[in-house]
Order: sequence, then structure tokens, then C-alpha cells
Amino acid sequence: MISRLLSLEQWKSWLWSVVRFTLITGLSFVILFPIFQKISTSIKDKSDLYSAVVVWIPQNFSIDNFKQAIRVMDYWATLLNTFALSATTTILTTLSCALAGYGFARLKFKGSNLLFAGVILTILVPPTTILIPVYLNLKSFDLMGLMTLIAGKPVNLLNTYWPFILTAITANSLKAGLYIFIFRQFFRGIPKEVEEAAYVDGAGISRTFVRIMLPNAIPSIVTVLLFSFVWQWNDSFYTTTYLTSSNVMSTQLSSLPYNLAQQVSDGASKADPFYLSMIQDTGILLAILPLIIIYLFVQRYFVESVERTGIVG
Amino acid sequence: MIYVLPWLIGFVLFFFVPLLASLRYSLSSIQANAQGISIQFTGLANYIQALTINTSFNRALIESITDVLVNVPLIVIFSLFLAVILNQKFPGRAIARSIFFLPVILASGVILALESTSLIEAVNQSSTGGSALGTFEIENLMLDAGLSEWVVMYLSGAVDRIYQIVSQSGVQILIFLAGIQTISPQLYEASKMEGATGYEAFWKITFPMVSPLIFVNVIYTIVDSFASNAMTTLIRDTGFVKFDFGLSSAMAWVYFVAIAVILIVVSLIFSKRVFYQD
Repeated sequence: MISRLLSLEQWKSWLWSVVRFTLITGLSFVILFPIFQKISTSIKDKSDLYSAVVVWIPQNFSIDNFKQAIRVMDYWATLLNTFALSATTTILTTLSCALAGYGFARLKFKGSNLLFAGVILTILVPPTTILIPVYLNLKSFDLMGLMTLIAGKPVNLLNTYWPFILTAITANSLKAGLYIFIFRQFFRGIPKEVEEAAYVDGAGISRTFVRIMLPNAIPSIVTVLLFSFVWQWNDSFYTTTYLTSSNVMSTQLSSLPYNLAQQVSDGASKADPFYLSMIQDTGILLAILPLIIIYLFVQRYFVESVERTGIVG
Repeated sequence: MIYVLPWLIGFVLFFFVPLLASLRYSLSSIQANAQGISIQFTGLANYIQALTINTSFNRALIESITDVLVNVPLIVIFSLFLAVILNQKFPGRAIARSIFFLPVILASGVILALESTSLIEAVNQSSTGGSALGTFEIENLMLDAGLSEWVVMYLSGAVDRIYQIVSQSGVQILIFLAGIQTISPQLYEASKMEGATGYEAFWKITFPMVSPLIFVNVIYTIVDSFASNAMTTLIRDTGFVKFDFGLSSAMAWVYFVAIAVILIVVSLIFSKRVFYQD
């Protein structure tokens, strides 16, 4: 009787394993399929496009697509620009959001709850709503007449990195409200006794923050760094508005179809749309490739750090 | 106070003042000329134009709202389910986890937009067109089994949009997974001793314990899916292609109010049912 029951249990768990395996493999395939497809497309030769034999593995390997895409996208310069922009905003955003999060978590002052409601508001209001005033503001940037005083006229900040740097320093960049929220939740989770011990030992508020709180907050710092880097890299909403002529990955990507049609066709006859599409796929692959490489290295921290940040607690 | 100061400056400069300005623009007609821009108060004219005259606004608004309402339950349920599975021990778990978080990195506006225009993708999809046929047969099967038509359409639609759903649930899976891991294992052990099955343990332990996170994820998913869709494109085009800043601001405000109403309704529904441990 018992042995029969045992074997039934075993059957159940075995069956569940099979179902689970099928599910996970299937869904993983759904996620990875577009990437595999792009890789396969990108190493195909032009002649393989119409070959009925070729489905996944090309008959004639070629890196011509990569050459074309790199040329049209001005890839290396773009890569460098994007990296610089993302890294700068990421670090500045993380710093300012950590400060703000700490302020909201621990230092109670008059109206701090009201201000935190403001943080929530920045998460909820869609960026489109304030896009136009911000755009006009940046186009003739004039900090309460200060710029007019120094330079004689308002400064046009569009097509520079200043909009990103300014919003990053002031913790109002892309999704910054979310980061402040993460930091606040985390700092609230650290026991008050830790801080009190530091105060008793004679450390001031700023010293406590730098020496005690920040080292403790490394998991949430890692989370915010990763998210903000990735989102900044992929962001097309702000970059296409603020940077119309600079070369950043997402602006390059969004203008890629047009540039391709211009440069590959040589003006005379229209280029084969399938061929253009092939290069376009290669371009997308090139744009996400650095992220995938970074992800391979940091994915462990990515998963672990979120588990420890206490977004949850 | 000094710690919050940088944020406060930014908040006023890049959020609060623009927000008010946008409200003002939406109530005025804006002319750009050599001296800059001149703003003239016109009352609700822009709103009336957006809601009654503009041909694409109403459609885009309704489309994006229904899209969100359809997708949010699917995404949240799907990600909770996956988080539970990914929390179990099985060989290859680490690999499976990193694959499922990959969409967090890849799901970006430009890439998705370009993919939908990619011809090669389209051709490959039509050549593997068997999938549509498959759901069609299952649809009939379920209809024969007596399920209501609405449920069947909803489910088969979900299957057809599986990529979209998977690619939007990365962050949600992450949050659920983190939440599940904070549940103390003693609870499960005790319930197992009392003879509860895994299924019962899920509904009696896991589900109530993560219910605050379901709320968080619903809100996150709503905000996330409203951040970029047909509606935001329309608002942008009106602003930056047609240079009708007033109309664009009015659209943005109608859109914002719609989102706010949805969020308020959702939080009212949830706040009563969420279980807090302490």
C-alpha cells in the first residue's frame, strides 16, 4: 500500500518535471527565437535570401551585412557615444537617487511626505505630458535669468548631452522616480540601531551616509545601476527628442531604415527591400550585442541583487 | 533636507513647472514666430478639437486603453506563474532564469518598432503560419466544450501574442521571484506536515503572501504599457511634426487623466483585498 502510494507520488513529480521542462523550453524558445533569427540572417549572403534550401544555416557565409551595417550606422563612434552617455547618466542618476532615497527614508522634515507624493507623481505621469514644455525650456535654457546674465542670451541645450546630465544630477531622468522608491524602501529596511551607533561614535549625518549606509546598500545600488544603464541605452523617447543629430545607438537605429535606403541604393534604382531588411536586422543585432555581452557577465548580480534590494519588503 | 535638495530642484525645474506649463498650453493656442512663441488663451478649444474633430485621437485612446486592460491581467498572472516555476529547483534553473530576464534588456521601443517592420521577420512568420491554424482548432475544441466565446477569444488571443506578453513580463517576474523568496520555508514545511498539497500551499500561502506584490506589479504594468504606444506616438507627432503644441498638450492631458482614473479604480479594487503580514 505504502509503496504503491510512494510510486504514485513519484509519478506525479516526474510528470510535473516533464510539463515544467516543456513549458520552460518552449517559452525560452519564444524569447530566443528572434535573436537566433537575426544571427542567422546576419551571416547570410545576399544570394541566400531567395534560396529555397536555406532556412537557418546559410549556404554562403558572409560578413558583408555586418560591414554594411557598421558603415551605415557609423557603428564604432556611435558605440562610444552611447556608452559614454549611458555610463555618465547612470552614475549620476544612481548618486542623486541614493541621496534622495536616503533623505526620504530617514530624515524627516516638514512636508517630506508631501514631497514623496511628488516622487510618486513623477512615476505616474507619462513623460509625453511634460515633453513639450521641457523641450521648449531646454531649447532656450535660462535658469531664472542666470544664463542671460552670463552668456548674454538663453542657451540652446538641444543636441548636447546637457539635458541628460542635468536631469541625472537632479534625479529626474528616465524612470528616476522608481529608483528613488527602490532606495527609500531599502534604506528603511536597515535597522535604526546601526545609524545610532555611528552617531554615538561621533559621525555626522553625511559621514554616516557615506561610511555606513552606502556600503550596506550595494545590492540596491547594483540594481539601480543595471536598470538605469539598460534603459538609458535603449531609450528612444528622450534621445530622439533631445538629440536629433548626434550619434547615439537608439537614434541611429530609428533612422536606420531611411539611411539604408539612401546609402545602399546609390540613388539610381531602388534597392531590394529584402536586402535592406537583412541589413536592418544586422543593425539591430549590433545595437543589442554590447548589452547582451554585458548581461552575460552581470546576470548573476542582476537576479541576486533584486532579490536582496527589498523592493519587496 | 539637503539630501533631497538636488531632487527637489530637478522636480521643480523639469517636472512641476513643465507640468503646469503643459496645462497652460493645452488651454491656449500657440503661435511660433521670430520672437519665440506667443501664447493666447482659448479655453477648451483644444480639448474640443481633440475629442470631436481630430480623427485619430479617440480611436488611439480607446485602442491603447483596451490594449492595457486586456494585457495587464495576462502579464501579471503569467509572470506570477513563471516566478513560482522558476523558484522551484530543477536542473538548468540558472540558465532558464537568465533567459527569462533577457527581455528586460531587449524590449525597447525602437527595437520592437523596427522588428514589426522587418520584412524578413514577416516572411518567416507567414511561412511558419501553422500557429494560427493550431489555435483555430483549439478554439473550436474549447467552444465545443462549452466555454463562452469571449473567454475562448481572450485565451487564443493571448497565445497569439505570447511574445509580446513574455517580453513585457521580465521585471514583474523578477519582483515576484524576490517576493516568493522572502516567504519563510517553515510555512511550507508546516503545511506539508498537515497534509497540504503543493496546489493548496500555493493558494493558501504563496498567493496571500505575494498579494501586495500583485498590486505593485499591476500598477507597474499599467504605467509601463502606457508609457509608449500608439497614443504617445500620436501626441508626439502632433507636437513635433505638425507643431501644434496646444493640441498636443491637450491630448496629453486627456491621456493622463484617463490613466489616472484607471489607476485610481485599480487601487481601490486592490487595497481592500491585499493581505499584509503585519
